[in-house]
Amino acid sequence: MQDKDKTRRKVLIGLTSAVGLSGIPFAATPFIAAWNPSAKAKAAGAPVKLDVSKMQYGQQIQVSWRKQPVFIVRHTDNSLKSLDLSVSKLADPNSDQIEEPYRGLNLSRSKSPEYSVFSGVCTHLGCAPKYFPEIEPKPWDASWKGGFFCPCHGSMFDIVGRVFKGVPAPTNLLVPPHMFDGSILTIGEDREL
Amino acid sequence: MSEIAGKLYTWVNARLPIANTFERHLSKHPVPSKVNFWYLFGALAAVTLIIQVVTGIWLIMPYSNTEEQAFSSIEYIMRDVDYGWVIRYMHTTGASLFFAVVYLHMFRGLLYGSYQKPKELVWIFGCTIYLAMMAEGFLGYVLPYGQMSYWGAQVIISLFGAIPYIGESLELWVRGDYYISGITVSRFFALHVVALPLVLIALVFLHLVALHEVGAGNPEGVDIEKYLDDDGVPLDSVPFFPYKVLNALIAIGVFMTVFSIIMFFFPEGGGYFIEMANFQEANPLVTPDHIAPVWYYAPFYTMLRAIPDPLGGLIVMAAAVAIFFVVPWLDRSKVASIRYKGIYSKIAITLFGVSFLTLGYLGTVGVTEVRKTMSIICTVIYFAYFLLMPLYTKFEKTYQVPERL
Repeated sequence: MQDKDKTRRKVLIGLTSAVGLSGIPFAATPFIAAWNPSAKAKAAGAPVKLDVSKMQYGQQIQVSWRKQPVFIVRHTDNSLKSLDLSVSKLADPNSDQIEEPYRGLNLSRSKSPEYSVFSGVCTHLGCAPKYFPEIEPKPWDASWKGGFFCPCHGSMFDIVGRVFKGVPAPTNLLVPPHMFDGSILTIGEDREL
Repeated sequence: MSEIAGKLYTWVNARLPIANTFERHLSKHPVPSKVNFWYLFGALAAVTLIIQVVTGIWLIMPYSNTEEQAFSSIEYIMRDVDYGWVIRYMHTTGASLFFAVVYLHMFRGLLYGSYQKPKELVWIFGCTIYLAMMAEGFLGYVLPYGQMSYWGAQVIISLFGAIPYIGESLELWVRGDYYISGITVSRFFALHVVALPLVLIALVFLHLVALHEVGAGNPEGVDIEKYLDDDGVPLDSVPFFPYKVLNALIAIGVFMTVFSIIMFFFPEGGGYFIEMANFQEANPLVTPDHIAPVWYYAPFYTMLRAIPDPLGGLIVMAAAVAIFFVVPWLDRSKVASIRYKGIYSKIAITLFGVSFLTLGYLGTVGVTEVRKTMSIICTVIYFAYFLLMPLYTKFEKTYQVPERL
């Protein structure tokens, strides 16, 4: 075979391979896309609504949005004032390290001054922190001023979900999009009323 | 009659290399004439793999892979299916013992240098089998959809979330839902019963083909290929049948006794084989007070937990497994076996063994300050064993390996 023919053959092999390989992403698309959340899963992940006016002061409830716990805490003026007491223990008191949807709006971090709304999924590895509102010494913190403690790996958060320094959780608990219509809270949706 | 059988045998053999393959890889395959009990765990791993495949097929039949039915179908297997409890406990016990024999098998490799030239590929296929087993075990643990299935999976899947930029969408893609739902369970089921077993069996095949190409090792680290008889068979070898087979049968007998004792009397293994929280159905809103992995992941879980940053933890944990793959190039020793290596290697492997067991223990208990410090120290020793290996194996004084076994 002449050198010219060899070169020609190389070019043809290269081109055929390139055309053949370009089909791989197309062929792979259905297999990869089939792992995305299905239309049914997306519909089941729709926003949830609830009336929060019946909550006691200082009470914490959890609702399930997309089967994930979302914590709602109703604060008193006193409990919001006491937030300053533990501010020196916080890693990120102003939520600068995360996407904070309602930054600087309220001390509660939510769209309402009275209620906090944040995800109950620990930012370390996804466990659900537990609510310990009492101001008393705890095994994990002798100067406990109330807040959330994660039983899995010992992360601590204050009553509005801000993370303490020196715990495994890297960031504050996340605030999901939500809105208040009077006392009706909608989680998972935020639009102008 | 025997004439017909003989004719059939000749007919098949002319078309399929049965006799040849059987002789070459089984009946006449030469194995070192002197080995010790450490060389039995490979055969035991093969036996366990077969148990897992057979019991697995039987468990698929009554199991239901939906969010509503998964947990109750396990209870159905345990209570209503005749002998269902035996088959399930055989599978769960088999999973734990599979890891136990594979860990011992791997430790044998480190002790006697079973990864040294020319066995690098045997070792790498083995490491890949271990990796596939870890995935297989994790996926299987999610299927009963109990509390520990759910929260264990939650922890492991959030590891993907620690990857920068793509983490969160990757998590969603792996789950196929906003939480670990029936959708996740059914895809894990497909991977657990079809995809990964295919991969595992293919890898075991490659592991054995590569092993038979280069020949099995021995605790002395003697190269038996040096002295051959007139037929080219190593002088210090015996045929696989009957010598190795009968050896293995005794080991299998002992192993089966241990297996049965666990299966019939301690199937939960005190909460280490099946965790107590997994007897409750998955509840995405309530975290169990104490999330611990099953014992065979515990050492790596401890490393993950010891690092305060999730991405850092993920990297350390992945590196702890990945580092096994490069051991053939970390060991610079002239000798293979620990018997002829120097004092540094002996100290190093002892410290490594102790730190690995300690990491395992720490992964199954809660966190305290002291334990956290211990986790970090053991993680450092674990990595030091591998990373310093090029130094201590190269510069230590080794002993003369005998010519013959």
